[in-house]
Amino acid sequence: MVPLSHFLILSAALFIAGTIGVLTRRNALIVFMSIELMLNGVALSFLAFSRFLGSLDGHVFVFMVITVAAAEAAVGLAIIIAIFRLKGTINIDEINLMKG
Amino acid sequence: METMLFYFFAFVAVATALLVITRRNPIHSALWLVLCFFSLAAVYVLLSAHFIAIIQIMVYVGAIMVLVLFVIMLLNLSEKELGDAKPTVLKFCGVILSGIFMVLLADGVKVLAPQAAVSVDEKFGTAEMLGRLLFTDYLLPFEIASLLLLTAMIGAVVLAKKRR
Repeated sequence: MVPLSHFLILSAALFIAGTIGVLTRRNALIVFMSIELMLNGVALSFLAFSRFLGSLDGHVFVFMVITVAAAEAAVGLAIIIAIFRLKGTINIDEINLMKG
Repeated sequence: METMLFYFFAFVAVATALLVITRRNPIHSALWLVLCFFSLAAVYVLLSAHFIAIIQIMVYVGAIMVLVLFVIMLLNLSEKELGDAKPTVLKFCGVILSGIFMVLLADGVKVLAPQAAVSVDEKFGTAEMLGRLLFTDYLLPFEIASLLLLTAMIGAVVLAKKRR
């Protein structure tokens, strides 16, 4: 069996890849996909701990994470469409309506 | 064998994750993300999370990514709107800070005592076991999750509707 730390390193690598995507990209759709990557990194560490502790509770958490990700996808993409209709762009640097 | 499979799928997952955040065209990003989710589902199977692996493929790849691709094609961005101008100092700082964060996380993992996996019975992670847990100990969160999905559905319809 692969040691627990390797699963956690993989999970950290995915989370960091998502963070870099959120910080450096300016296309709202790619930022959105980076957030999905981060969610998956977290889900992986839940599953790894679940397997190594022999408890199924982590699986329930991942189930909830996937539910929230689905809800987030529906609402987030609807917001992106609404913003594109309003401003004609999805560059997040140009979307500053709420900036004081 | 299991170890080799883990390293293979871990490599594919990290490589495709990096491709996702570096491609200029969002469609390419989305397709690489699909491959990333598939290899992650394989890693989940190695952790004997069979049900979650299937859910991962059905919900993430089957529903969420199809929705994302649908929106990308609906928006039909022009070459100029694809945006992402040249790398700036701020972006460089973002990458450096994320790198430091990665080092910190890896350092945190290192102090974990090497832990042997407990042996689990072959039903671990199947729909039966997880369903039993969801409908007993976690019944309330499970029902709230259904409410959350309903709210999200109504919200998406209201948000994406044309203003009159």
